[in-house]
Amino acid sequence: MNWELIIKWLPRLAEGALLTLELVGIAVIAGLLLALPLGIARASRHWYVRAFSYGYIFFFRGTPLLVQLFLVYYGVAQFEAIRQGPLWPYLRDPYWCAVLTLTLHTAAYIAEILRGAIQAVPHGEVEAARALGMSRAQALLHVILPRAARIGLPAYSNEVILMLKASALASTITLLELTGMARTIIARTYLPVEIFFAAGMFYLLAAYVLVRGFRLLEQRLRVDACRSR
Amino acid sequence: MLPDLHGFGPALAAGTLMTIKLALSALSLGLVLGLLGALAKTSPYKPLQWVGGSYSTIVRGVPELLWVLLIYFGTVNLMRGLGEWFGNPELELSAFAAGSIALGLCFGAYATEVFRGALLAIPRGHSEAGHTLGLSKGRIFWRLIMPQMWRIALPGLGNLFMILMKDTALISVIGLEEIMRRSQIAVTSSKEPFTFYLVAAFIYLSLTVIAMVGLSIMEKRANRGFRRAMA
Repeated sequence: MNWELIIKWLPRLAEGALLTLELVGIAVIAGLLLALPLGIARASRHWYVRAFSYGYIFFFRGTPLLVQLFLVYYGVAQFEAIRQGPLWPYLRDPYWCAVLTLTLHTAAYIAEILRGAIQAVPHGEVEAARALGMSRAQALLHVILPRAARIGLPAYSNEVILMLKASALASTITLLELTGMARTIIARTYLPVEIFFAAGMFYLLAAYVLVRGFRLLEQRLRVDACRSR
Repeated sequence: MLPDLHGFGPALAAGTLMTIKLALSALSLGLVLGLLGALAKTSPYKPLQWVGGSYSTIVRGVPELLWVLLIYFGTVNLMRGLGEWFGNPELELSAFAAGSIALGLCFGAYATEVFRGALLAIPRGHSEAGHTLGLSKGRIFWRLIMPQMWRIALPGLGNLFMILMKDTALISVIGLEEIMRRSQIAVTSSKEPFTFYLVAAFIYLSLTVIAMVGLSIMEKRANRGFRRAMA
C-alpha cells in the first residue's frame, strides 16, 4: 500500500464523494415525492389506477439501472424532436441525466415500500378515523400516511444505502462522482488497488453515517413505540 | 411490431446466453460464500464470527461496480506474480472470471444474512434430536438443518438472484460481451441507441419474468407438505 499517494489524492476523492452525496440526496428526496402518488395509486382499489403504477414499477425494477441510464443519456438523442426541444440542454448534460434516471429508478422502489407500508396500517385505525367523521382524504393525510411513514422508514433507509451504491453507475456516463473520480485518478497513477480501496472507504463511511442518522431519526419519530404488537 | 435490429439479433442472443452463464456461475460462487459466511457468523467461535460479520458488512457497504473494477484491474499484479510462480507470466483474470468473482462476492454477502436468518429460524430441538440419535455434527447439518434451511431461505435468495441478474449488466464495463456490451456495439454502428437499449431492457425484463416463474415453481416444491399458518 502506497499511503502517501492515497493521502495526496484524498482531496480529489472527497470532491467526488461530495458529488455522489449530492446525486443521492436529490434522487432519494425527489424519488420520495414521485413515489407518493405512485405508491398510493398502487394500493388503490381501482384496477386502472393500479395498472399504471404497476407497469412503471415493473419496468424500473425489472431492468438494470445501467440500461436505464444509457436509455436516457444516449437513447433520447435518437429522436430529432427531443434534440430540437426545450429540454435538450438538460438531457444533453450527464449530470441531469443521472439525476433524472436515479430519481425515476428509486421512485419505483420507494413506491413499492410505500405500498407495503400503507397496506400494513392496521385496518382498525383506518376504520376509527372514518368513524370519527374524517373524509377519505383526511384519513389518508392524518392517519394512514403518518403511520405508513413510520412503518416504511427502516425500508426507506435501506433504499437510501442502495442508492448510495447505485450512484457509482453515474461514472459510466462520464460523471466524476466518487467512482468516476477514482477511475480518473487511476488512469493517471496506475494504482488501482490503493485508489479503489480509498474510494471504498469513503463509501463505507458514508453508509455508516447514513445508517446512524436514520437510527436517530427512527428514535425521534418513535418508530419502535408505535410498532403493532 | 418488432424493431429493426440491423442484423444484430444473433449477437444479442449470444449476449443473452453470456449473461445467463455469468449469472449462474456468480450464483454458485455466491451460494457457497453465503453459506460459509452464515456458518461463520453463527459459530460459537469469536474470530469466526468476526470474519463472517466483517465480510458481510464491508462487501455490502461498497458499490458492486467498485468491486468489479477492483477485482478486474486490481488483481493484475497479483495474477502476474502468481503466473511467474507457475512459469506463465501472461496470466490474467478474464472479464468473465473477474465478473463472476465480483458478483459472487456481493451475492454471498447478502446471502450470508439470508442464510443466517434461516439458520436461526430452525428450532434448536431439531439439532438436539440429531445429537440424541447419535448423528455427527456434519451429518446433522447436511441431513437435518440444510434441507429445512433451503425452504426458509428460498424467497430471500430469489430476490437476491433477481438483483444479481440485473447486476450482470455491470460487467459490460470491463468488456465482457453480454447483453449490454453487445447492445453498445450495435449502437456504434446503427446509431440507434434508444432502439437497442430498449431491446436490451426487454431482454432483461423477460429474464426477470422467467426467473420469477422458475422461483415460484421452486418455492411450491420446497413448501410441499407445509401449510402456512394463518393462510
